[in-house]
Amino acid sequence: MSILFSGRAVGATATQPNILQKLLRGIFTHLRQAITSLGELWRSPLWTLITVAVLGVSMTLPTTLHLLVKNIQQVSRSYDQSFEISLFLQNETTPTEIATLVTLLQGDPQVAKVRLIDKAAAMTEFKQQSGFGEALAFLDQNPLPDVLLVTPKINQPAAAEALMQKLQKERHVELAKLDISWLERLAALMNLLQQAVYTIAILLLSAALLVIGNTIRLSIMDKKAEIEVMKLVGATDAFIQRPFLYTGIWLGVFGGFLAFVVVEVMLWWLRSAIATVTQLYQSDFVLNSLSMQEFGWLMLIAVSLGLIGSYIAVRSHIKAIEP
Amino acid sequence: MLRFEQVSKGYSGGFVALDRVSFELAKGEMAFLTGHSGAGKSTLLKLISLIERPSAGRVFINGVDLTGIKPRQIPYVRRDVGMIFQDHRLLMNHSVFDNVALPLVIEGFTGRDMAKRVHAALDQVGLLDKARCLPATLSGGEAQRVGIARAVVNKPPLLLADEPTGNLDPDLSKDIMRVFEAFNQAGVSVLVASHDLGLIARMRYRTMTLKGGKMINDGLLHHEDNE
Repeated sequence: MSILFSGRAVGATATQPNILQKLLRGIFTHLRQAITSLGELWRSPLWTLITVAVLGVSMTLPTTLHLLVKNIQQVSRSYDQSFEISLFLQNETTPTEIATLVTLLQGDPQVAKVRLIDKAAAMTEFKQQSGFGEALAFLDQNPLPDVLLVTPKINQPAAAEALMQKLQKERHVELAKLDISWLERLAALMNLLQQAVYTIAILLLSAALLVIGNTIRLSIMDKKAEIEVMKLVGATDAFIQRPFLYTGIWLGVFGGFLAFVVVEVMLWWLRSAIATVTQLYQSDFVLNSLSMQEFGWLMLIAVSLGLIGSYIAVRSHIKAIEP
Repeated sequence: MLRFEQVSKGYSGGFVALDRVSFELAKGEMAFLTGHSGAGKSTLLKLISLIERPSAGRVFINGVDLTGIKPRQIPYVRRDVGMIFQDHRLLMNHSVFDNVALPLVIEGFTGRDMAKRVHAALDQVGLLDKARCLPATLSGGEAQRVGIARAVVNKPPLLLADEPTGNLDPDLSKDIMRVFEAFNQAGVSVLVASHDLGLIARMRYRTMTLKGGKMINDGLLHHEDNE
């Protein structure tokens, strides 16, 4: 496009490329600029390393905390049948009486599900989960009662409470128990922890943003003469900006990957320690690492940070450089 | 091709660099712009390349009023005007080829198409064999010719030069001026700012003289006017 000379064929458009050729040329130009900025990073390794390290470390802490929350949630989820009423039956209740009670309860419109855990099953489960496996073998008689687990249809704590009061009065029921307060407390704690993770993440990532912005600013100042020449021979601001934006993206890629590697190494370190603990407690807890999706998010956030940081620097500084 | 209409340029602080300057450069014409340093030569060229904007009056290129050019259109205007600088302004960490190719890269040229044009431009200034050199290894005259190759590589209809021989000895200066003449003979309009009065007078082209921001002479410069 020539503004001054209508009909003057300018630039690559002079050869009248079709849309596909134009697209290919565009992609080629972008690719060239992306690779060039990668080379530029290589040319000033110290600043690159510092910036990547800052970004990586800033992303490591929130990622670790996120994994902590995730793993705790995984543990608590196994206890998460939140509104379940346990009916402990009297010791001398016979199987027939239990069956009658189950049928009776299943007819109740407020009850969604009834599940029986008889003494023997309860014992097996207790042996597996409590960690007292060997000690329990010394008991000569099963002290556990038969238990009916009743899931109410309503999911409000108050309604569940009322249902529990009612079931307490049933025949053969020794004790009805609805323990939701500790779950509520755990959920609240988890929520608090999650909020803390977000706050810390935002603080650290803003710091990383500033560091990236500053690195890009230095790089722009370093190339002041070059930018002036490019403006003089007719480069648009967008053209001049692009390599710096790519630099930001590369910093993001490396920073994000560094965070991933650090987290993985940390997990690998912890895993052996955790394995010992879980073995002692006879638990099948497995420490979860980052899923593919979470890795994707980590990289996306890191790259966005790089891009935004460089964009801020580029916007204010490239306009200011005029020949 | 180029027309100034009562153009003035003042800077804050009251300094007037150009005072109601009017002239016209025809298509395919070659002219010199002369005067002592501070007379307003550089300011005049900066108004054409839109590095500066006039305080009053209007500048036209090919009949288009530059007053109406928006900041984001400036790059496209500069692609139509080849510019040569006293300090040649080459990118020192790029090869001669890359320097000359820069305007083409900006316009989206790639591959063989680009290489062909770069080689043609380097051939015109006689530096085809130096394509792979770094600017630091070139002599002053060679560097200036690379600057010219860069200015003409996308075949602009108008060529501006600001003291292109300022740092060169007389023989090299003559060579550089011959390069400009060659481009002019190929149909390019050329405006050269220079204070090398002896050289200008010998070349017998139209010469405009600025003094204190005013155009005091427009026409052939005579040998008697020499310093």
